[in-house]
Amino acid sequence: MSGFQQPTIDWAALAPELVLLGGAAVCLVVALFLPWGWRRPFCAVVAKLCFIGAGVAAAILFAGDETGVGVVADAIQRDRLAELAQIFIAGSGLFAVGVSFGWARNERTRVGEYYALLLSAGAGMSFFVAASNLMTLFLGLEWFSISLYILCAITVERLPSLEAGLKYLIVGSFGSAILLFGSAFVYGATGVIGYADIAAGAADADRFLFVLGLALILVGLSFKASAAPFHMWTPDVYQGAPTPVTAFMSAATKVAALVGTMRLLVTAFPSEARLWTIALAVIACISLAWGNLAALVQTDIKRLLAYSSISHAGFLLIPIAVGTSLGGRALLYYLIPYAAMSIGAFGIVAARERELARPLTFDGLAGLGWERPGLGLAMSLFMFGFIGLPPAGLFLGKFYAFSAAVDRGWTWLAIVGVVATVVSIYYYAGVVGAMYFRRTIEVRMAPAGGSPPRDWALSATILGAVVVTIGSFIAAGPLLDIARDAVSFLEFPS
Amino acid sequence: MTTALILVPIGGALWVWLTPWKNSRGPGGLALLIALVELALWVGTLANFDFSDGTLQFETSVTWFSDLGVSYTVGLLDFSLWLVGLTVLVSAAAIGYGFWVGRERPAAYLGLLLFLEGAVVGVFTAQDLLLFYVFWEAMLIPLYVLIGVWGGPGRLGATVKFVVYTMAGSLLMLVAIIAAGLSAGSFAFSEVGKNQSVWIFLGFAAAFAVKAPLWPFHGWLPDAYRESPPEVAAVLSGVVSKAAAYGFLAIALPLYPGSLTHWRVPILVLASIGLVYGSLLAFRAPDVRGVIAYSSLAQMNLIIIGLFATNASGNDGALLQMVNHGLISAALFLLAGAVERRTATGELSLLGGMARGRPILATVLITTGVIALAVPGSAAFAGEFLILNGIFTQGWGWAVVGAVAIVLAAMYILRLISAVLHQDVGSAVPAEALDLRPAEVSVIAPLVVVLLFLSFWPAAITDHALQLFGAR
Repeated sequence: MSGFQQPTIDWAALAPELVLLGGAAVCLVVALFLPWGWRRPFCAVVAKLCFIGAGVAAAILFAGDETGVGVVADAIQRDRLAELAQIFIAGSGLFAVGVSFGWARNERTRVGEYYALLLSAGAGMSFFVAASNLMTLFLGLEWFSISLYILCAITVERLPSLEAGLKYLIVGSFGSAILLFGSAFVYGATGVIGYADIAAGAADADRFLFVLGLALILVGLSFKASAAPFHMWTPDVYQGAPTPVTAFMSAATKVAALVGTMRLLVTAFPSEARLWTIALAVIACISLAWGNLAALVQTDIKRLLAYSSISHAGFLLIPIAVGTSLGGRALLYYLIPYAAMSIGAFGIVAARERELARPLTFDGLAGLGWERPGLGLAMSLFMFGFIGLPPAGLFLGKFYAFSAAVDRGWTWLAIVGVVATVVSIYYYAGVVGAMYFRRTIEVRMAPAGGSPPRDWALSATILGAVVVTIGSFIAAGPLLDIARDAVSFLEFPS
Repeated sequence: MTTALILVPIGGALWVWLTPWKNSRGPGGLALLIALVELALWVGTLANFDFSDGTLQFETSVTWFSDLGVSYTVGLLDFSLWLVGLTVLVSAAAIGYGFWVGRERPAAYLGLLLFLEGAVVGVFTAQDLLLFYVFWEAMLIPLYVLIGVWGGPGRLGATVKFVVYTMAGSLLMLVAIIAAGLSAGSFAFSEVGKNQSVWIFLGFAAAFAVKAPLWPFHGWLPDAYRESPPEVAAVLSGVVSKAAAYGFLAIALPLYPGSLTHWRVPILVLASIGLVYGSLLAFRAPDVRGVIAYSSLAQMNLIIIGLFATNASGNDGALLQMVNHGLISAALFLLAGAVERRTATGELSLLGGMARGRPILATVLITTGVIALAVPGSAAFAGEFLILNGIFTQGWGWAVVGAVAIVLAAMYILRLISAVLHQDVGSAVPAEALDLRPAEVSVIAPLVVVLLFLSFWPAAITDHALQLFGAR
């Protein structure tokens, strides 16, 4: 122990994670001493406040940090990229709490654990996006993954939920193992684990081990981003997991995995940029093809949205693959409307599921647009937005992603994205069609046990998602400036 | 002023949607009022427009996001002013007709029509490529819902075909826009500059060819025109298809003169085929809507021929014909709707003899039809003459094809008139079917009156447009 020196710890840089973890502890411990009826509102409020707190902490750090520094012995990076991603994650968490509130009505025995795990997953992701060596990268990944494994299986009496948890655990661990394996190779080749050190030592490294390690790390991260062909867990897990958990996963995990991937590749492997850019472009194309084609034949809406999220992993990988600052901006901007729309769409699925008391299929959507005009309009906005039609911010996200590809000279990649978008119209427009076009007499789905109780938290969340979706379109200028600030800390290879 | 032209219908749409209506006539009244306010606004713009100045007028420019040079820039050129006028007039007629017919869920229906109007006005006024694209795509959403919810029995297939076709074209345009904007460092029309890239030109051409539609990209057209409610078909064929011709006129032709010379002949060949093919199918179509739909195809291809003549006569003629055809096809679709309401069918074999005892219907339909078949002295004659005169300079063969098509136009229009109005009384025509009601007349007549006015004075448009391109 004599050689060990405790590093100075920059507590401020860890503030978002600490707030979330503190909230998790409060939920776990205090909820035990509360009467049953109080636990759900109490834990929800704590979770809500902590996500807001984490977001505010990250925003304050963002405002203050004009340069990026490595803190805690360079294990994590304190810069605007991490802080912006933490704001996104906190926002996703905030929305997820809103979707969870009504659902948790039937889960009151586990409500403390549920919110604690949600907060802890958020903390893990916040840590992951700041990671700046291979060890913290793996730690962060496992931290949020383990929280999510349990969250997926949290309704233990529902078999699909258990199945989802188990499947995610096995496949996810496999992915983590590959990532760790790759990290070991990179360490073996360079003898260091810090991102910057790896980049510096790349020239003297054993090239075979180094590239093999990079490839394995890419595969491991692709599992988390649910990019094809490493997506096999996604449809089953998204379908089986409780819908609020799916909503959170689909948004926050994507933010964390993709931002973490971009940071790792750009800072640690600039010397191999020629390899990983083309590798990611290929993964993006496979994801676009697979996700969109498989989505065409789905009847279950959650499954359909799962394939849609695979295809969006493809769209989101395009800007990383081009490896330019424009791409970095495109990624960060794209994530804003994408996260909001994803949570909003799953939130509407959750609302309809509660109303019908069964899994949601196309038939279950029939007439939704006329029965619940607000939900119908919001869902139409999200579906048209996923296609990339204005006035959803995702339109500009796709525009930026394609621009980044064209700017690098990869017009073919933009055209692949365009073709994928054309395919996707069929099923996204199909969802809107199912809500409005069927005459209500054709498919009369009676709500089980009458109208469900008013769920103001869910309505507010969906309204929030709509505001973010349209707001990011109108206020694209300022948001892109923020994204530019955030990626200015990375030195892109080209 | 231009922004107001865009925002009045879109804001009006929100107003109609969000008001909790108790009275079933309320939304229609409000929507019609908004459409008329928009029309008045356009008349005001027209009065203040300076035609001697060929530059952009009533311009507004606000930076949207700076790092790629995208801005919200709108303004009016002389020819876009006329197309905006066509839009507001046809939209007002369509909204009035929809209000009178009394569609289910009127607030949603008429709100969507207003939103569509705003989007089309946006297309005609946007001066930034990305903004143009935003409005272009914004047209699609209301049309999808309008056809899908209120359309005929085959509406589901029609909507899917329509959306997939048009999006496939317009996404290629998006790639072209990105490539053009990135290479210029700005997306403003005025700064994109002339460019020689064939691929960018083809990207734009793909979107416009599908939307117009240029033969053979018209696969979506018959279904969409047949399954739409008549007033939606009126807007779709009268106005939305003009957005494509406008795209050629304002973007593809002026910015890509180099590609134009290479691609003129192939596109003229396609347009000529489309002209003859559409005319023949219109002559053989078994139903009223089929005749109008295929005649629209033919007319749009004729307009494209005029545009690709790329001289003052051809472009003037194309612009005049865009306005003419917009008014004619809108009036014809509304008349088709009126016939279908009375007989519950559009099959020509079941119709006939409707002129007897229904003088107003007969007068309006024959007047519109006679203008449509380009009788000398009519507005359409002026337009087609200018187009043929323009294309003659590119080669007399093209003009021959165009002249043949005018003969075919006479054949299909006269067949339509005779099958509906004359001959023996059709089995689907009830004796008690009424003449055009005053409300229907008040909706359709303004379109016909404007057509008659243009017949007397086609120079109202041709002498007051395209100053910018006059020398081209």
